[in-house]
Amino acid sequence: MCGIVGLFLKDPALEPELGKYLSSMLKVMTDRGPDSAGFAVYGRGTDGLAKVTVRLAGADAQATLLDGLGARFGGALGVTKRSSHLVLTVPEASVADLTAAIAEIAPAARIASVGANMEVYKEVGLPADVSAAFGLETMAGTHAIGHTRMATESAVTTDGAHPFSTGPDQCLVHNGSLSNHNNLRRELRHAGMSFATENDSEVAAVYLTAEMAKGKNLGEALEGAIGDLDGFFTFVVGTRTGFGVLRDPIACKPAVMAETDQYVAFGSEYRALVDLPGIETARVWEPEPATVYFWEH
Amino acid sequence: MPTFDLATTTLRSLNQALHDVAADSTDHFEVKNPRGSHALAAGVAAPVSVEIHGSTGYYCAGMNDGGTITVHGSAGPGVAENMMSGTVVIEGDASQYAGATGRGGLLVIKGNASSRCGISMKGIDIVVGGNIGHMSAFMAQSGNLVVLGDAGDSLGDSLYEARLFVRGSVKSLGADCIEKEMRPEHLALLETLLAKAGITGVAAAEFKRYGSARKLYNFNIDNAAAY
Repeated sequence: MCGIVGLFLKDPALEPELGKYLSSMLKVMTDRGPDSAGFAVYGRGTDGLAKVTVRLAGADAQATLLDGLGARFGGALGVTKRSSHLVLTVPEASVADLTAAIAEIAPAARIASVGANMEVYKEVGLPADVSAAFGLETMAGTHAIGHTRMATESAVTTDGAHPFSTGPDQCLVHNGSLSNHNNLRRELRHAGMSFATENDSEVAAVYLTAEMAKGKNLGEALEGAIGDLDGFFTFVVGTRTGFGVLRDPIACKPAVMAETDQYVAFGSEYRALVDLPGIETARVWEPEPATVYFWEH
Repeated sequence: MPTFDLATTTLRSLNQALHDVAADSTDHFEVKNPRGSHALAAGVAAPVSVEIHGSTGYYCAGMNDGGTITVHGSAGPGVAENMMSGTVVIEGDASQYAGATGRGGLLVIKGNASSRCGISMKGIDIVVGGNIGHMSAFMAQSGNLVVLGDAGDSLGDSLYEARLFVRGSVKSLGADCIEKEMRPEHLALLETLLAKAGITGVAAAEFKRYGSARKLYNFNIDNAAAY
């Protein structure tokens, strides 16, 4: 069992409150997934700049990394510290240099996400604590996805927490368990994709990244997943401009959606949605099995 | 008329109050702000009435034995699961496995029900105003499932003796489920069920009946080699 939440805003007036709503949704899902939590927030971004979210525990380790990066990138480097995560901003052209420098200076650091708009945060612990540690309530943006984890297929570690981000501005959260992830991982490795964990959900994320790299949009990649992924899943997937939902053909992992003129929202259960504005009059429905839903800005 | 506002009162206190009434109590309970709570009004065992204003989460009205429970909203998974007797009415939609394993009583869903509606039903009557999802009435043993709209894939798979009445289309029938002749006693039964559910303007003759071909539930010696 896990909890998934997602919020895709149509009305820019709600953007300053995105984090506040997502945080509330995430906390309600605590009893579906008390062991870890994580979320991806898509902000407005700045033209020409890329964000790299780095996970590195310890003030000393962070200071050493930032000193080393400061020496190389100087004024081109922007830094926002949020607990165990650092959001580093550099010109788009410098992303590869930045990630190489991080690997060299702090081999223990993990790249949580790379993108123009997206930041990914995740940690072991109760959703309320994870949310507070990163200051989710104060984050603004256009869309966001969150996950509360009850581990079944791999260990309770930060690496095993969701969302999984395997491509620029792409992320995935999963409720369920995949049964063909070992085969698919092998095939994707042969095709040149790389993996950071042994987690089944990461395989789904890498699969979608690989399909989108072939030129498919998110909706088309999700259509392919219906045939290529075997197991139980409800996925919520984010891209720079889009937000998608897919359930397997058996559809025993719960899902409920709500749509108003202001937003599209996803919850593993209705109670995750009850604090959203106008929920009383929203169109609320259960997504159909093996049916791709996606919205784009 | 006790009123429980779940924005200010605990779910436990509501359910405890429902369990504490006398066995023949006909008290009326009002519930506000259910906010998707789980197991709301589960285990009611007296002829009380409960009106819930809003949408509920897992297992609302589970195991109901004699109560009349109305949800003015939609219901989450497993509504009226294992109902023994009484009436449960959902004004909106119901999520998966509505009325699962129910042994008696009447479950009315005015909107749509999703997958596995009436799975393993054992005597309950279920009337759905809209559509039902895939694998509904899987292994259904007895009782009646009435659907005014359409049914999804694999309706009545591995069905025993439950009767299924569908007014709209059936996407596909499950193993051993077949369309059957609608005889006068079925029309009469259907009219009774529609009336009990408060549905008017719909004729029993508009429905088709589906039931078990009875080929799966006895061992067939010709299949011995398959084991």
